[in-house]
Amino acid sequence: MAGSTRTAPVIALVGNPNVGKSTVFNALTSLHQHTGNWPGKTVATARGAYTYHERTYTLVDLPGTYSLRPGSAEEEVTRDYLLSGEADVTLVVADATGLERNLALVLQVLEAAWPVVVCVNLLDEAAKKQITVDLEALQERLGCPVVGAAARSGRGLDALRRALEEAADRPGTRPLPELDCAGDCEGCAHRRAAAVMERAAAIAAEVTEMDPRSAHRRDRVLDRLLTSRATGIPVMLGLLALVLWLTMAGANVPSRLLSGLLMGWQEPLRGICETLRAPWWLTGALVDGVYRTVAWVVSVMLPPMAIFFPLFTLLEDAGYLPRVAFNLDHFFQKAGAHGRQSLTMCMGLGCNACGVMGCRIIQSPRERLIAIVTNAFVPCNGRFPTLIALISMFFVAGEGLWGSFTSAAMLMGAVVLSVAMTLWASRFLSRTVLKGEPSSFSLELPPYRMPQVGQVLVRSILDRTLFVLGRAVAVAAPAGLLIWTAANVSVGGESVLLRLAGILEPLGRLMGLDGIILLAFLLGFPANEIVVPCILMGYLSTGTLTDYGSLAELQELLAGHGWTAATALSALLFTLFHFPCGTTCLTIWRETRSWKWTALAVALPTCIGAALCVGVHLVWGLLA
Amino acid sequence: MEETKTLDRLRMGRRATIAALNAPEAQRQRMLDLGFVPGRPVSALQESPWGDPVAYGVCGAVIALRRADAQQILVR
Repeated sequence: MAGSTRTAPVIALVGNPNVGKSTVFNALTSLHQHTGNWPGKTVATARGAYTYHERTYTLVDLPGTYSLRPGSAEEEVTRDYLLSGEADVTLVVADATGLERNLALVLQVLEAAWPVVVCVNLLDEAAKKQITVDLEALQERLGCPVVGAAARSGRGLDALRRALEEAADRPGTRPLPELDCAGDCEGCAHRRAAAVMERAAAIAAEVTEMDPRSAHRRDRVLDRLLTSRATGIPVMLGLLALVLWLTMAGANVPSRLLSGLLMGWQEPLRGICETLRAPWWLTGALVDGVYRTVAWVVSVMLPPMAIFFPLFTLLEDAGYLPRVAFNLDHFFQKAGAHGRQSLTMCMGLGCNACGVMGCRIIQSPRERLIAIVTNAFVPCNGRFPTLIALISMFFVAGEGLWGSFTSAAMLMGAVVLSVAMTLWASRFLSRTVLKGEPSSFSLELPPYRMPQVGQVLVRSILDRTLFVLGRAVAVAAPAGLLIWTAANVSVGGESVLLRLAGILEPLGRLMGLDGIILLAFLLGFPANEIVVPCILMGYLSTGTLTDYGSLAELQELLAGHGWTAATALSALLFTLFHFPCGTTCLTIWRETRSWKWTALAVALPTCIGAALCVGVHLVWGLLA
Repeated sequence: MEETKTLDRLRMGRRATIAALNAPEAQRQRMLDLGFVPGRPVSALQESPWGDPVAYGVCGAVIALRRADAQQILVR
């Protein structure tokens, strides 16, 4: 058997965007590549491996593509990879609920690569829509093996592994392409595209049984609710408010418990250090510096993230994000920006660095730059805890249900303001340094899918929450050490921290803040999560050591240092609009390879934030 | 033969057949890939809250196009 000499076959994974390719990839390799129900999720190739019959198969997940003709970045990646011949088998994943266009890609792949295995995925969704696919007939018409699957529930995976093994060992004979035109000239290319689509439609019609009226009725009804003139925007704002309210109301109690628990360990830890006869500075640096900062970051960030990420993932899995883009496109169009920017903006709510990377889904360089430069205008998860803390301390009277409602409303106001600023900044850029007309834009609105709640919970908590938290802690620990040192090392009778704060004091005052707060934002450059602990440590280093176990005590401490609602408002605005964090800046540079654009991405939000703060401070001063 | 018009003028809920694409080459490729292929049926499904873009049903998928882009597709 000649094929068995291939000890480690390589399998290329190809498919239209949003057909569950990443789910198939994860199911086969037991990896946890993030999936989402919107086109363009996979912008780079991912690799994974699985073992079957004592052989290791390497799986290469290629970006979703509509065709193999050169056009956009994703298509080039896929096409070049297939033509490179590295893959021993090409696996095309197709959506059973929309075979027609999926088959067009299958037909193109059949011309470019061999052996090919087709996986008709999402059979569970198809069954719900009473769509049946005759897999045997399809196999016969295509001339390559066809396997049916519902990858999310693991159905059909075994048959898929078997088919891939079979294809790697015995490729069989390649079916002759039925298209006669070589497609070199422009006219030919179009005739060919038409012919491929024609043939795909004919095959799809032959092998699929469905009632076109009833099959997609549910989707159309949902679309009317979620995107129509009357209900689209109200429902969108309502969902945003609901997510924020659930996050704030739900995170309140666990945050307090966690904070109490972690702060409670502080004294025993100090005790341990003392029994070990550690010098005062080591105890101070470890307990007051590292431990306290980490404890703050964990207790303040973990509960809201553990609620926000799963909720966001549920909406993402259900297919709501493209509808958000659909609803908001009008504004992005007016701003001279690309419609997909609303998708990258939504990603930015999770993490700005991810949002910047996601801008790869925008092909036009001008619009991609606009999306990259303005991504940090929406607050990421690292900034939400600061916003939540500021809002609950200074703007919301009373706890309980009413308090959480008003907090959520204010937080929503902050998010809406950040979106408005994103649009304004995009418009500003497209009128000045990035002049141009919006390029053509198309957005697929994929079928809605029932999210798998259990899986979403596990995946978003394990993969996203712990990952982001781990990164925050990794940054917070050394930062805590640094700040403690700066607060305790004196030069000329004053600590380094206070000296630096003193330099920033005039600028801080002008913005309605103070030197310590500005310094905290600067120190928070590696990760925005540590801004509040930095502020605290700055104040605490002046001698009044307070235990800040709860928000009420925290507010007392801040008020003791001259904070008013005006200070909090300025701090809130500057939290929304200031330089992106270190990771994001690095990502911007990597994505643009330009110091100029990275500098602009730093300067633009910082200037706008500072200007807003100065404005608020002046107006407040006039009114008061 | 029926009268041709641009796709953006297709009323919501109506179906038509794509007649031709007038877009520049790169854009035309993209439209073909998405399923806007002459000879294939297309239906106008849903306007976004501000009337632009519009979602069209084509080749079993739902694709949203801005009006400026839909203007470059002729239907009959």
